[in-house]
Amino acid sequence: MKKNRAIRWTLGMTVLIILTAVFFLLEIAGGTADLSLGEVLRALTDDEATAAHIIVMNIRLPRAIAAALLGGALAVSGFLLQTFFNNPIAGPYVLGISSGAKLTVALAMMFTMRQHILLRSGELVGAAFAGSLLSMGLILLLSGRVKNMSQLIIAGVMIGYICSAATELAVTFADDANIVNLHNWSMGSFSGISMDKIPVIAVTIALAVTAAFLLSKPMGAYQLGESYAMNLGVDIKLLKLAIIILSSILSACVTAFAGPVSFVGVAVPHLVKSIFGTAKPLIVIPASFVGGAAFCLACDLIARTLFAPVELSISTITAVFGAPIVVAAMLSRHTKKRGA
Amino acid sequence: MEKAVIAAGGLSVGYGKRVVVNGLDFEVCPGEILTIIGPNGAGKTTVLKSISAQLPAISGSISIKNNDVGRMSLNDISKTLAVCFTGRISPERMTCEDIVSAGRYPYTGRLGLLSPDDRRIVSEAMELTGISPLRDTDINCISDGQRQTVMLARAIAQQPEVLILDEPSSFLDINNKLRLLSLLRGLAETRNIAVVQTLHELDLAQRFSDKILCIKDNKADRVGTPEEIFSGDYISQLYGITYGTFHSLFGTAEAQKVNGEPQVFVIGGGGSGIPVYRRLQRQGIPFAAGVIHENDIEYPIARSLAAELISEKAFEPISDEKIAYARGIMRKCREVICCTEKFGTMNMGNRVLLEEYRGKGSV
Repeated sequence: MKKNRAIRWTLGMTVLIILTAVFFLLEIAGGTADLSLGEVLRALTDDEATAAHIIVMNIRLPRAIAAALLGGALAVSGFLLQTFFNNPIAGPYVLGISSGAKLTVALAMMFTMRQHILLRSGELVGAAFAGSLLSMGLILLLSGRVKNMSQLIIAGVMIGYICSAATELAVTFADDANIVNLHNWSMGSFSGISMDKIPVIAVTIALAVTAAFLLSKPMGAYQLGESYAMNLGVDIKLLKLAIIILSSILSACVTAFAGPVSFVGVAVPHLVKSIFGTAKPLIVIPASFVGGAAFCLACDLIARTLFAPVELSISTITAVFGAPIVVAAMLSRHTKKRGA
Repeated sequence: MEKAVIAAGGLSVGYGKRVVVNGLDFEVCPGEILTIIGPNGAGKTTVLKSISAQLPAISGSISIKNNDVGRMSLNDISKTLAVCFTGRISPERMTCEDIVSAGRYPYTGRLGLLSPDDRRIVSEAMELTGISPLRDTDINCISDGQRQTVMLARAIAQQPEVLILDEPSSFLDINNKLRLLSLLRGLAETRNIAVVQTLHELDLAQRFSDKILCIKDNKADRVGTPEEIFSGDYISQLYGITYGTFHSLFGTAEAQKVNGEPQVFVIGGGGSGIPVYRRLQRQGIPFAAGVIHENDIEYPIARSLAAELISEKAFEPISDEKIAYARGIMRKCREVICCTEKFGTMNMGNRVLLEEYRGKGSV
């Protein structure tokens, strides 16, 4: 079994990495202007300002990198929340955390656009982080009162609706010129992410995911419940705070650049846990990151190419694939309880 | 006497400012088993939470190996003290081995990877508790009793000097209860582990503890050896037993006596009457029992269940006086049941009674 597990994990990880690489290349090659793999490679390596080079370097490459990084971030954020609430269907979107971030980002954008200032990436993330924490705070307040997991999820969905309604309201009163931009973004999309935003995204996510990975050990103990974790020497308060902050940063970063992306945070960790047959953070965090990257790259590819040149919002696709997995996650928990 | 590994002095425990139990003074030495007993809601679990440093003490002190618990680092506490609580855990996708491995947490590095040594200790703990066959089974797919045992294995893998267990036997069948408590006794002896546990099974508490701490009405009522605690009617007082009686010597309980005019007379002795007494109690029939010697095994049970009991002093033949008294009661009964076939010098009186009755009617 020991050996079987190790083989299963290595194999799973390899498959996920290969999938990510394949979807990454397809994401760059596919689209309105179809490029062959050779053309893509040439565009990536050459400095020549060909049409292919411009398309790849300015549009598709940043988009692919963003989809991969942000997808990974969402999945890890979801896993952190699931561990925190001991609830397999918790995630940044379901709990309304993405919507909270969306609200503050929309408000910040509108406010600054009126003053004709364009927000920088870091500031956007900051605004989104504030919104995430706001929703998270509400959820935490409620989580002390609600007795079961479904109530928590319902509370989260409601918070999500309230934030979305407030965002809609704000958008209605926005200047005409901004509406189109805001509307696209508030539906969720990886388009419009330029190369200059990538460093902020990459650094934020790299730091947060690494920090989460380093918390694998106490998180593993926390999965046994608070009293046992405490008995094993885990500083519960510190760990909880760290999980809240990290998951908020990750989902804030996604929302700031791509808007709310639905269900990735629940679906990917669930798939990963099923494929790897474990919920060990040490395995699930890196695997979820890679899995989330592959999932979002694939979904974005579909969103772009299915009805090209019309582009679908990313959430449309992630919902189609993600929502059934969320339902499956819910059901699997139920049957297991009954079987016990 | 060895030095105490865990000691409480003038300890009050509770939540926030609300004191649940106060006046706790006890110490447990390596290799000793301390059992906490007391009625439901007395605060036994709260005491366990406090001495395992999960709940700050309201006043007084708890020390582990002469260090104040409040000043110890979480890691030091976790290497000295392991707990098993009653709460049901429901982690996702964890095998029993994963759970037991968690006990190695205080000893592993930054990422919690297990060394070969850790693995050996984990598999020893599983072997010891007899859960090795469940190694790869998901924790959510086993019974409550097995789960309890897995949690114990986890605590053992933590290699503690003090084991703190909240009702460790509550979900186990009788054989597994005995096995668990023998295992704890073994751990106390071979590894010099101090055990602090709560138990509701008084008979087991009596047989497997070195010391017993009794909690009642928000305070530590008594601390003592099982012999001291299980004497007289202290246990009945402790639990305020009104729905039956408790026999300290055996650690067993009998249901409530049916009072009223005796309808049946039972001639017993040597334990032969016990099933009949219990049956009559179940059917709600008041009965008289006699003549039973005070040192007879069934005397305490007859005393608990019989509406009327005629007894004779220990080791004395039944006196004429008692026979006459019994005869009086027997006449009023509509039936006589004789449970014993053995009559000797000491219970000759019962034979006399039986034969008198036979002369008049059926038995």
